[in-house]
Amino acid sequence: MRNWLRVFFVGGVIAYRGLFNWLRPAHYFPTMLGGPLFQILFFAYLGRFAGAQSDSFYVVGNAVQISAMAGVFGMSITIGGERWTQTLGPLLATPANRLAIFLGRAVPNFVQGLLVSTFGFFVGRLLLDFHPGLGAVPALALVVLTTTAACTAFGMVVGAFGLRLRDSFLVANPAYFLMLLFCGVNVPLHVLPGWMSAISRVLPLTHGIEAGRDIAGGASLSSVSGLVGTEALIGLCYAVAAYLLLRFFEEESRRRATLDRM
Amino acid sequence: MTILRILWAGFTMNIRQVVRSSLFVFTSVIEPLIMASIAFYTAKAGGRPEALFYLAIGAGIMGMWSTTLFASGGVVSWQRWQGTLELLVASPPSMLPIIAPQTLSNACVGLYSMTATLVFGRVLFHIPLHLAHPIAFAFAVPVAIIAMGLLGLVIGASFVLYREANALSNMLEFPIALVTGILFSTSVLPGWTKPIGWILAPTWAVRVVRESALGGDPLLPFAMCLALGAAYVVLAMWLLQVVERAARQKATLSLA
Repeated sequence: MRNWLRVFFVGGVIAYRGLFNWLRPAHYFPTMLGGPLFQILFFAYLGRFAGAQSDSFYVVGNAVQISAMAGVFGMSITIGGERWTQTLGPLLATPANRLAIFLGRAVPNFVQGLLVSTFGFFVGRLLLDFHPGLGAVPALALVVLTTTAACTAFGMVVGAFGLRLRDSFLVANPAYFLMLLFCGVNVPLHVLPGWMSAISRVLPLTHGIEAGRDIAGGASLSSVSGLVGTEALIGLCYAVAAYLLLRFFEEESRRRATLDRM
Repeated sequence: MTILRILWAGFTMNIRQVVRSSLFVFTSVIEPLIMASIAFYTAKAGGRPEALFYLAIGAGIMGMWSTTLFASGGVVSWQRWQGTLELLVASPPSMLPIIAPQTLSNACVGLYSMTATLVFGRVLFHIPLHLAHPIAFAFAVPVAIIAMGLLGLVIGASFVLYREANALSNMLEFPIALVTGILFSTSVLPGWTKPIGWILAPTWAVRVVRESALGGDPLLPFAMCLALGAAYVVLAMWLLQVVERAARQKATLSLA
């Protein structure tokens, strides 16, 4: 157990420091804070132009969705990055527990997702017509926590393709942007065609965003517990799927000797 | 003749590189369709079906802008990563005819985004694609491409010294689309943002295309695209001289 925790915590931190050593402030601020800030403003003003929804709708949708930036892209870089830095082979040659390895690497991305999402809510409050009561903040925080965890688990599934594909962004880019369309981030689910809203029900974000909007609108946490529970369950399913995919692709890569192929 | 050969070689070489990059296939093919769908469904949610053609043009130009921004922002970075930036700077021609065809070809790739978005809107959302001034439209699109490509030249030139160019490219997509009214009218924005949009090519590029397609007077935006394009060339020439000298003095040209 001690070894498991060591691989999980120490391994996760060291891997993050190694794989994201390029993430200097000059890179971090424009990408992780500047991009999300303007994404929120862009869609809020698009909504105003079309007379579609309130600012609150877009702030909650996008502030929750931008956690996927760390969850999806972060996990892709984490797993794909091991390949680029030629450490994937040695890493998978160790007898270390795979769950500890990959979950440990997910934690820093999860924390990043939380930070970015919090920033999104903060700028929404500051610059747009988004004024939830102070009492809503703890419940909103729980929703963001659950949704970011689910997104990170989804990101692990996307990142798992980094063991198979040379460029994991081939999956990460469409996955991130399709979430904008499918998960009710900027378009109410009832406006989408039936098949799209059906898909959105098995994706992370959808239920979390719905719960976040209800809470920002004055609902209590207990009244959205079903949505939060569903989001958590979806996250758990993606985490299990990610683990299975990672093991499958690891075995496949060994069999085909493609682990280090660039 | 030599200049023409350099321009043509840069143009075709860059096109060949860009169409083989998965990032640009995504930026110029998939992302515009996603943005167009969001815009169409938002208009539907807001009960504004009459805005669909307006939004379709905007989504197409936005695809063109995204492609230009990411590709032009990365022009210098990629040369740096490939180890060819020093060779290009040391070669006899100035940097302008080397970078300009690359940023222009990036904007040309964006033409695909626009066509695909309009066809997508027609087929899936049944948007009527009736052009008010077809001849003006035929001139407006290339002028829009040139104006945006030349803005890409300024972006590419100013990123020579900036090692985090990709990060800045990631950030600039939405704010410039916002202040230039690519997707929706700037009338919903605070007044102080308007002068920022006036000096950016996408403002006039989208206006010249929209006014040719939807009806209106495309002359002013047409002239503004050309005037801004000329100003961007002058600015890029100056920038390239300054940053090239600075990079040589600081010996930072090849530092990735």
